[in-house]
Order: sequence, then structure tokens, then C-alpha cells
Amino acid sequence: MNIFVCISNVPDTTTRIKYKPGNKEVDYTGVQWIINPWDELALTRAIELKEANQAAIQKITVITVGKADAEPTLRKALAIGADDAIRVDVAPEDAYTTAVQLAEVLKSEKDALILSGVESSDFNSWSVGGMLAELLDAPSVSAVSSLNIEAGNVVVTREIEGGKQTITTTIPSVLIVQKGIAIIPRIPSMRGIMTARTKPLKVVQGIASQPMVKVLDYQAPAQKSSCRMIDPENIEELIDLLHREARVI
Amino acid sequence: MSVLVYIEPREGKFKKYSFELVSYGQRVASALDQLLHILVIGKVAREELNSLGQYGATNIINVSEDIPFDDQVFTGIISNFAKQKEANVVVLAHSLTGRAIAPRLAIRLGAGLSTAVNGLPASYKPFIVNKKAFSGKTLVQQEITTEVKVLTLSQNTAGITEHSASPVIEEINSDAVASATKVVSTEVITGKVLLNEAEIIVSGGRGMRGPENWKPLEELAQILGAATACSRPVSDEGWRPHHEHVGQTGKVVAPSLYFALGISGAIQHLAGISSSKVIVAVNKDPEAPIFSAADYGIVGDLQSVLPKMTEAFRKFKAS
Ligand SMILES: Cc1cc2nc3c(=O)[nH]c(=O)nc-3n(C[C@H](O)[C@H](O)[C@H](O)COP(=O)(O)OP(=O)(O)OC[C@H]3O[C@@H](n4cnc5c(N)ncnc54)[C@H](O)[C@@H]3O)c2cc1C
Ligand SMILES: Nc1ncnc2c1ncn2[C@@H]1O[C@H](COP(=O)(O)O)[C@@H](O)[C@H]1O
Repeated sequence: MNIFVCISNVPDTTTRIKYKPGNKEVDYTGVQWIINPWDELALTRAIELKEANQAAIQKITVITVGKADAEPTLRKALAIGADDAIRVDVAPEDAYTTAVQLAEVLKSEKDALILSGVESSDFNSWSVGGMLAELLDAPSVSAVSSLNIEAGNVVVTREIEGGKQTITTTIPSVLIVQKGIAIIPRIPSMRGIMTARTKPLKVVQGIASQPMVKVLDYQAPAQKSSCRMIDPENIEELIDLLHREARVI
Repeated sequence: MSVLVYIEPREGKFKKYSFELVSYGQRVASALDQLLHILVIGKVAREELNSLGQYGATNIINVSEDIPFDDQVFTGIISNFAKQKEANVVVLAHSLTGRAIAPRLAIRLGAGLSTAVNGLPASYKPFIVNKKAFSGKTLVQQEITTEVKVLTLSQNTAGITEHSASPVIEEINSDAVASATKVVSTEVITGKVLLNEAEIIVSGGRGMRGPENWKPLEELAQILGAATACSRPVSDEGWRPHHEHVGQTGKVVAPSLYFALGISGAIQHLAGISSSKVIVAVNKDPEAPIFSAADYGIVGDLQSVLPKMTEAFRKFKAS
């Protein structure tokens, strides 16, 4: 079995978001790019599984839909421990067009476990994993918080409203993962960084597809008014304000 | 053409979020001058279904079977009704299940998808919705350009509107197909207020100093009927369970009242709480960034402030 990890290339989570004049586009100058945090956890778990199940898992491939500027992020994934990488040479427009490109590459992979994150930290679309699974007509399990291979079976724990469920699924499947799948993301080792330079990174052409959703406008959220400070010796004042002014208790 | 809203009962009952979704559907359907269909999967008593009339439900389809949740199976059931009722707007909760189904459903219906939309569409023709991006750091307006649209609605963004109707209820059996996934076991957290349903959340950070200090925090939560939560390092260290982790990589919450106790207010934490109506922060550092996100603040040491708070709220609740 091969594991594919879908990697979304996103601005560092502390980035201050600026817009180009007209507020129709984000201004990415000076932005630090990272592997989407959930994808990093997915990759971490994939590597742990391969280390523990040498025979069951042949290869870990990271795949991204993006232009050449996404390559440093893919190289980082290789340095962390992926075996090879695929870049579909298309600028992502919306979740749909991204999923279409991924499906085109992955549709011929039948002995595959495909991992995606629950969301990208840039557009928070919560979409690509589920769309990809539907396009592949494969089962999907979302909100996956643990993944194991036991006697050749894929056993996952998913979060449900008010609890969790342990599930087995078939191959191929798309697992849409969240935190818990791994806790601390792996970081590249010195040796990893060296070997990553020579690992295969394949660039494939995309197919034609039309977006279904387009961004019209960006705006900064309204600023909070200033914080009202209360004396720790006077909790009653806080209670009174929450009760009478804010009306939340 | 019609509007289809899918809502989820829990243990045979509907929660506030479902009423918000029905209200939302009613308002979208009336703006588009279309019929509203509410789809419910699961065994639910007649009176409970009828109660949806208060929020404008006119037509209810109830698949009255307890079908184990599976992304493909539920997508199949919902898409069949969406096609049958010629729905051109399909609305789901931005819940764990809604998020699991909506992307699949969008592909099956050839629909454009917007998840976690805030409130009603800004315009219907063209179809424009508002949502957040970059984990709350920006607001975006998006146009869905396809004929059929699928939306997941963020909780507490549209509100509940009363609109009395006597619903027509259609009870049917699904032709649910067998699922590829098999449920081995289910664990349900009982006797606790769930984070995503909580009106009040009491959350602790590393400033709580250790898991042994959570007792007064839990007491405060209990007094207020609140859910408990925490920052990421707290769950990473194993002081609290992972499902309590709030923030960019954890849960995004939108309560009326959020207590941030010993939380510094890192941008990734704020990403999870910025939709809270009121934030109260307690921190010993007057420069802590949490105070610029909070509405009310107390500078002090939690070791002494938290027990005082718990006592004061207990008195208030008793009075
Ligand atoms: C990719 C990425 C994703 C992340 N996602 C999340 C996320 O989803 N959620 C999240 O929470 N974090 C997240 N983080 C981590 C985040 O950056 C912060 O490190 C974290 O939120 C800090 O947690 P904290 O406020 O509990 O701890 P600290 O930053 O250590 O703050 C503790 C606070 O408690 C105060 N304090 C200490 N002792 C006392 C006392 N006795 N009484 C009162 N106050 C006291 C201190 O003044 C301080 O402000 C993420 C980070 C990265 C890089
Ligand atoms: N451009 C992309 N290339 C590859 N995978 C992606 C891309 N965008 C999103 N994904 C995957 O889809 C998940 C959910 O992203 P999204 O639906 O964009 O919020 C991410 O965690 C990635 O695993």
C-alpha cells in the first residue's frame, strides 16, 4: 500500500494579512510559507506508520496543486520523510478545481490510503478532502483523530458530535485528518534536508476545470473596543457587568 | 425549485442550532420565493418534528431510521432528496457531520460550495455569501456561480426567527446503501456541556499551572452550566483531553461568553474564539495580548482570583 498526503502550501499562521489595492486580492509579499498544520500532522503519522509497518507500506508520496513557488514546501515535506513528491502545475483557484486536479492524478491509484487535512489555514474551506473522495468514488472518513494499520486493516478513530467512533475502512479511502492523528509535527533532520534535495519531485500538467466559487472582496474584521479592567477584589462588579451590561449571564 | 435544509437530531431531540438552520432556510426560501423542505434522518417523535413549525418549517421529510453515520451513505440520501425536490440551495450545519457531507454532496449535485458562511446571503442574484478566511483574520465575500449551491452555516451567525407554520410531515424509509466503512465502537461523552453547543465556555491555559488546578475551573463551569475548554499546550501536555482544545488547530467556538483563564492570547488561540460575543480574560500579566481581544479583564494571579470568582458566581446563581 502507498500513502498519499495532500499538502496545502499556506502562509505561516502568524502572518498579518494585507490586501492589494481594491481589496480583491491578498498581498503575499514577504509571507513565510509553511505546510498546512493538519497536513504536517498527517505526514508525521504516515511516516510513523511506515516505520512501524515496513512491509505493509511501500511509499509515502506528498502531492500538491500549485505553481513552482510551492516547491520549497514540498521539499520540506521530503526532508521530513516523504519518499517522493508530485506537484500539479496549476494555481489553485477554489476547492473544486484543486480537488479535480488531485483526483486526476490519484484516480489510477487503487492500493492507496489518501490523507488530507480537515482544512487549509488560509481559506478554511473544509472541502478538498471530501470533494476528492467523491470524485474518486472512494469512502471518506472525516475528523480522523487516530489512524492505525492492524493486520492489514485500516482502523481509524473519528470525532463525532459529543464523542468518538472507531471505524474500519477499505482501500482506497480518503482520510480527512485533524489533531490527535499526531500531536507534535516532525521537523526535518539535517540528514533529511540533505537527502531531500535528491528525492524525486515530479511536475505534472493539470487538466482544464472551471471554478465554482470566486472571491469578490476582502475586509478586515471590526476591531474590538477596548477592554474594561476590573479590580480582582471586586468580582461582583464583573458579575454585574456581565448581567446588566453584556446580558450574557 | 426549492430550498433544502438538512438537520440532525441528537438522541431524538433538536438543539438550538437546528432551529437556527430552519429559520435560515425559511428566510432564504422566502427571499427566493421557493418552497422549503427540511430533511431529518433518524427516529424523531411527531411532536418534536412539529415543533420545527415554530421556525417556519412547512414541509418535513423524516427518514425515520437510525442509520449509522457514513459520509457516502448520508451523501446518497441527501442528494436523492435534493434532486427529487429540485433544490437549488442546500443548507447544512457546519458541524462535524455537515462538514463531512457537504463537499461530497456538492460534487454529486454539481454544486458550488461555501462552508462556514456567516448569516444570510448578501445577495441572491448573483448569489453572494460572507465568510471568514485566514482563521478569522479576514472577512471575504464569495460568489457561488453555479445553478445549485451547497452551504454550511456557522452557528450563531443568523439567529433564530419565529415564524409559525403547521408542517406537513412525510415519513419515509431510506434506500440506504451498504457502507464501505464499519463502526467498531462508539464512545459518547455524557453529562457534559459540549463545546459547540455551549452558551458559556470556561477555558484554561498554561497559566493554570497544572492539571491539579482545574478543580475550581470545573466548578465555575458547572455553576454557569458552561463547557470547559483549554489552549493547545494544555491539551498537548495531557492536562486536558484533546477535544477541549480551542483555536486554529482545535475547535472554533462561538459562545455568548468565553472565559480565558491564564491564556496569553496567541493569534492561533484567538482564531478559535474571535466569534465569541463577550470575552473575559484573567491574566497576571497586564501586557498579555489576550486583553486586546477581551471585553472585560482582570489582572491577577489565578491561584487566588479563580476561587474568588467561583464563589462570587455561586452566590450570584443562588440569589
Ligand atoms: C501552527 C500553530 C497552530 C497553533 N494552534 C493553536 C490552537 O489551535 N490553539 C491554541 O491555543 N494555541 C495554538 N498554537 C499555540 C499558540 O501559538 C500559543 O503557544 C498557545 O496558545 C499558548 O497557550 P497559553 O496561552 O495557554 O500559554 P502561554 O502562552 O504560556 O500563556 C500563559 C499565560 O498565563 C499567564 N499566567 C501564568 N501564570 C499565571 C497565574 N498564576 N495567574 C494568571 N495568569 C498566569 C501568563 O501571563 C501568560 O499570559 C498554535 C501554534 C502554531 C505554531
Ligand atoms: N492546493 C492543494 N494541493 C494539495 N492539497 C490541498 C490543496 N489545498 C487543499 N488541499 C488538501 O485539502 C485539505 C483541506 O483544505 P481546504 O479544503 O482547502 O480547507 C488540506 O489540509 C490539504 O490536505
